[in-house]
Amino acid sequence: MSVSSAELARRQGIVELKQFTRSREAVVFTMAFPVIMILIFASIFDDEIAPGVNYTQYFITGMIATGLMTVGFQSLAIQIPIERDKGVLKRFRGTPMPKWVYFAGKVFMVAGIGVAEVAILLAVSIGFFDLEPPASAEKWFTFAWVSILGLSACTLCGIAFSSVPRNARSATAVVTPVALVLQFISGVFFVFTDLPTWMQQVAAIFPLKWMCQGLRSVFLPDSFAAAEPAGSWELGKVALILAAWCVVGLVLCIRTFTWQNKYSR
Amino acid sequence: MGNDFAVSVKGLRKAYGRTVAVEGLDLDVRRGEVFALLGPNGAGKTTTVEILEGYRKRDAGEVSVLDHDPAEATAAWRARVGFVLQGTGEFEELTVGELVHHFAAFYPKPDDPDEVIARVGLTDKAKARTHGLSGGQKRRLDVALGIVGRPELLFLDEPTTGFDPEARREFWHLIRELNASGATIMLTTHYLDEAEALAHRVGVIANGRLVEVAEPSRLGNRQNAPATVSWRTPEGTVESAESDTPTAVVTELAARFGGEVPGLTVTRPTLEDVYLRMIGAAA
Repeated sequence: MSVSSAELARRQGIVELKQFTRSREAVVFTMAFPVIMILIFASIFDDEIAPGVNYTQYFITGMIATGLMTVGFQSLAIQIPIERDKGVLKRFRGTPMPKWVYFAGKVFMVAGIGVAEVAILLAVSIGFFDLEPPASAEKWFTFAWVSILGLSACTLCGIAFSSVPRNARSATAVVTPVALVLQFISGVFFVFTDLPTWMQQVAAIFPLKWMCQGLRSVFLPDSFAAAEPAGSWELGKVALILAAWCVVGLVLCIRTFTWQNKYSR
Repeated sequence: MGNDFAVSVKGLRKAYGRTVAVEGLDLDVRRGEVFALLGPNGAGKTTTVEILEGYRKRDAGEVSVLDHDPAEATAAWRARVGFVLQGTGEFEELTVGELVHHFAAFYPKPDDPDEVIARVGLTDKAKARTHGLSGGQKRRLDVALGIVGRPELLFLDEPTTGFDPEARREFWHLIRELNASGATIMLTTHYLDEAEALAHRVGVIANGRLVEVAEPSRLGNRQNAPATVSWRTPEGTVESAESDTPTAVVTELAARFGGEVPGLTVTRPTLEDVYLRMIGAAA
């Protein structure tokens, strides 16, 4: 009853999703946090930031991008060091399971949670905060590729970054500030063009800013493009930079990923 | 090397920075035997075993495990080797059944997962999440995951640490069964009674070297060591005598007491006595 690698990857993904959905704190934290943030911020701030665009719409697109980053980057960069410390990785390494199956399982899990998360955020935003669903097939297409490419970049960077924390205990402390700083400088909480220029330039190196911008092109009126830093949505650049981060993340994963905690004897 | 040895090691060396963990270690484990590696903490046991398992790179020496170099482990090789490591892998939210079935799928010729669960005595817990298992049950789950692929060679790293005496007996029984069904077993342990109960041969490791390899009853020339004969005198005190000819001493005593000798014991040094002397001498 030898099982094909593709089938193994599918089962690994199901096992990962099962573990996630069965740990209540993880589900609540990952799924509910962006929703709560939207409820709070959208209730406090509802100024018009441009003709026909209020802060809520702007913030919601940022939170969808943040949700994708949380699922892909934050959760993996924290979860993998924990698994490394507990010897889960070592145990997989001792079986004939092909290495890539482990990563495929993570990707499967991230994709599953990502889809659920985006669906919840969209439902809440459309239901309670007057967000318009994408108006055309073209916008839906943009929504799909920005989300998939953004989530891929975050996932790969999350796996790569999982080698940075020295152990499970420090993982949350190391990863959370990185994610939080990126949110502040990438125009999630504040309108991006209101930020100091140097901060915009720093943010433009990282994926989150481009994910936010890509999603704004989907949910905000086209007239708002003029208010973006370049006066347009720059979708070509969004695709290019997110793809570049996928490559960087992948290379880092391959070169630096370790299956054992190197600081343990 | 050839086919007689499941594990063959020559001149193994491994250092962490300036600390030399293993220095010139030679070791052979025959196919079909239970081999126990004994040694104090920090003697190099775990380092040695991790090199054999393919988890660690060595600095020097020749290593062959099932006729392959573990430093270049392939999936086919891993399918033939099982591991029960120290404190590994908790998949807290999965059930025992889900885990063993999942791991079985990694191997080309796995055992029936439910049968493996029964063998380690976890059938009652098959539907229980693993975070609710006791320490001993978790360890038995570790063993189930280590043997579900039907390994030719099974590594057990301090497998019964933290077990109560009854759980340890059950565990020994399981190991003997596995060995009887053809698996070569290499275990490390702190417990000398465990080594004595299970192992065909024991190796004592101290300061990164293998000090001696022998059958448990012959370690340190134990079988030829002077015996201690002790008995109770009519006044009620205990006397003892060391002798190379204890039978003669007992015969003499029997004559003196006119038959039964009160409180008679004849002992040789225990494995523990011999072991402590060895690691003491090596330090």
